[in-house]
Amino acid sequence: MTGGITSPGAGWRQADSGPATQRKSGKRRKRGGGRNRGEVAMVDDVEFTSYYGRQIVKTPVWKSPDVPLYLFLGGAAGSSSILAAVADFTDRPKLTRVGRMTAAIGSLLSVVALVHDLGRPERFLHMLRVFKLTSPLSVGTYILSPFSAAAGATAAVELLGWFPRLERFGGIVSAIFGGPLATYTGVLLANTAVPSWHAAYKQLPFVFGGSAMAAGGGISMIFVPVDEAGPARKMAITGAAIELAVMHKVETDHGILSEPFHEGRPGKLMQAAKTTTAAGAGLAAIAGRTRVGAIASGTLLAAGSLLTRFGVFEAGIASTKDPKYVVLPQRERLAAGTNEHASTVTR
Amino acid sequence: MTSVSSASPGLGGLRDVKNRLFGPLPDVAEEAGYEPDHPKRVGFFTDTSVCIGCKACEVACKEWNTLPMDDSHGERDALGLSGMSYDNTGQLGANSWRHVAFIEQSRAVDLPMPTFGRPGDDRPHEHGIPAPDSGDLDSTAKAQASVLNIEALSEFDPQTGQTGADKQIRWLMSSDVCKHCTHAGCLDVCPTGALFRSEFGTVVVQQDICNGCGYCVAACPYGVIDQRKDDGRVFKCTMCYDRLTDGLQPACATACPTQSIQFGDLDELQERADARLATLKSQGVETARLYGRDENDGVGGDGAFFLLLDEPEVYGLPPDPIVTTRDLPAMWKAAGTAAAMMIGVAVSAVLGSRRR
Repeated sequence: MTGGITSPGAGWRQADSGPATQRKSGKRRKRGGGRNRGEVAMVDDVEFTSYYGRQIVKTPVWKSPDVPLYLFLGGAAGSSSILAAVADFTDRPKLTRVGRMTAAIGSLLSVVALVHDLGRPERFLHMLRVFKLTSPLSVGTYILSPFSAAAGATAAVELLGWFPRLERFGGIVSAIFGGPLATYTGVLLANTAVPSWHAAYKQLPFVFGGSAMAAGGGISMIFVPVDEAGPARKMAITGAAIELAVMHKVETDHGILSEPFHEGRPGKLMQAAKTTTAAGAGLAAIAGRTRVGAIASGTLLAAGSLLTRFGVFEAGIASTKDPKYVVLPQRERLAAGTNEHASTVTR
Repeated sequence: MTSVSSASPGLGGLRDVKNRLFGPLPDVAEEAGYEPDHPKRVGFFTDTSVCIGCKACEVACKEWNTLPMDDSHGERDALGLSGMSYDNTGQLGANSWRHVAFIEQSRAVDLPMPTFGRPGDDRPHEHGIPAPDSGDLDSTAKAQASVLNIEALSEFDPQTGQTGADKQIRWLMSSDVCKHCTHAGCLDVCPTGALFRSEFGTVVVQQDICNGCGYCVAACPYGVIDQRKDDGRVFKCTMCYDRLTDGLQPACATACPTQSIQFGDLDELQERADARLATLKSQGVETARLYGRDENDGVGGDGAFFLLLDEPEVYGLPPDPIVTTRDLPAMWKAAGTAAAMMIGVAVSAVLGSRRR
């Protein structure tokens, strides 16, 4: 029977009044007294269609808190190892020691979190049977493995007091892998079909790098006497500033895909992250030279980093659950005709 | 044993091949490392214009691949109605490798008033139900009053209480499946090599290798592959790899009673699809279109492509899927720059601080 499908355009609509099959994109305003700062650039209220309101891309099966915790620990460990190596060369033994311990503990816990997240943890070593540049998780495995080995060994020899030369060498090796360890996690999230993560692919490595420095610097501020903690303080404040600035771009630059960073639980987490990080950075600048101020601001900076990881993680998760985050941006780019590739639809 | 390559096109060795991450690839299997004498690339052409929604494909797939039962949200061993349409499978997932989407649509029909006979009576009556006495102005009311009049029932909307005489209903049915993309996001991001490109150009999971990291689940732009929660590993359509190696067709294509699911060499299927599209267009089916046929699209073309009668998103398909790894070089660049930035900040933080 072709009676129903002959007319062009045809004006067909989903027949039932079932769950949100054909609906407006839902221009939502912030409720009540929030400040205007961070107001989202909402897209126009466009109507779109979906298959009975069901999501199109799958929600990642990555577990919380495993993965956001891993993002945090890896970042803190990575930035701490860099700080420790540079401090080692400029003769700051306490800062060096704390940095190395943070790197070792953070990386070992990272491995635990990462393995625990696997559906088949006993097959963790299968990660090492191939090396693929196209898989950030594969690349990450080959960053995390040498990093945690070097950082663990460095911390061990430092604690035991053996082979002081090996200490510096191990510290340098872990510092080399430290930066990539902290920033590759941005690629890990962005290189997915998760709409709000992928849209921010140029920013997430910088957000996570900044956040890592805030966390690593903050943790060092807590444990290092203030007279030696100057570099940690500076790195933490700079990192926090970078994190806040780039995160602001993530939250405002991507139209409807920035929306999940403002709404619901991820929105609350992001708001808490920004407040905590800003408070930590401010306090570190004002009172970071006092012991109490250093401990308080260091804790705030680390907590802010942790909240950022949870917020970004959950915002991505939220963006998979509503088909509008898949359909509307794709429709927009089709309409704009800015794609270098052809449409997947042949008419 | 045939050597199996789990390397994605991005790591094809030293040979000079373009479009490793994006764009058309003339020979996916060779790009994945197979010798030139590998079998031709095979695929599915799912012609939804002849799908009758019987779900024989789903059943055949479940039987052949011994897939466990699940409900429309992928919950294992649960029997549940979706409550939205005749579709209780709901989605593709770890336990449903074929999914028949069922879309009920209506549209308003612009009719001249007053009518002679009920609107639509001038249409040929395919249902074989005789039209109620035409010409009677009250026929609509009469038809509604008659419980036995099937057509009247079908056109009477109990929710609004209005006659559906100015409304038409149609059903769209489409058997969805893994697209076996030319640039498969799942394959690109798999860190264990469990996902591999078969000699037939299809994308298959090696269940003895998969460690359940879940990266492929997040990377698929179509939301096909999923993890079996109690098992931990991921599962998806293999295009019946075991049957292909034995020279058989995939179970779903064998079971399809209307040839809506056609299996064969991909180039041949593409020709057939182009011809079918032209036929439908010439018959006035203006809304017919192919989905995933164009090898210049965001995933380099699909190994399993479709003929649709409405926009892709109506069927739960993304309107412009792009393989996520297209942007990966830019991402690595950003990560590298960010890592260098960290070292720069740390060094200047140390140098900028007074020595004790």
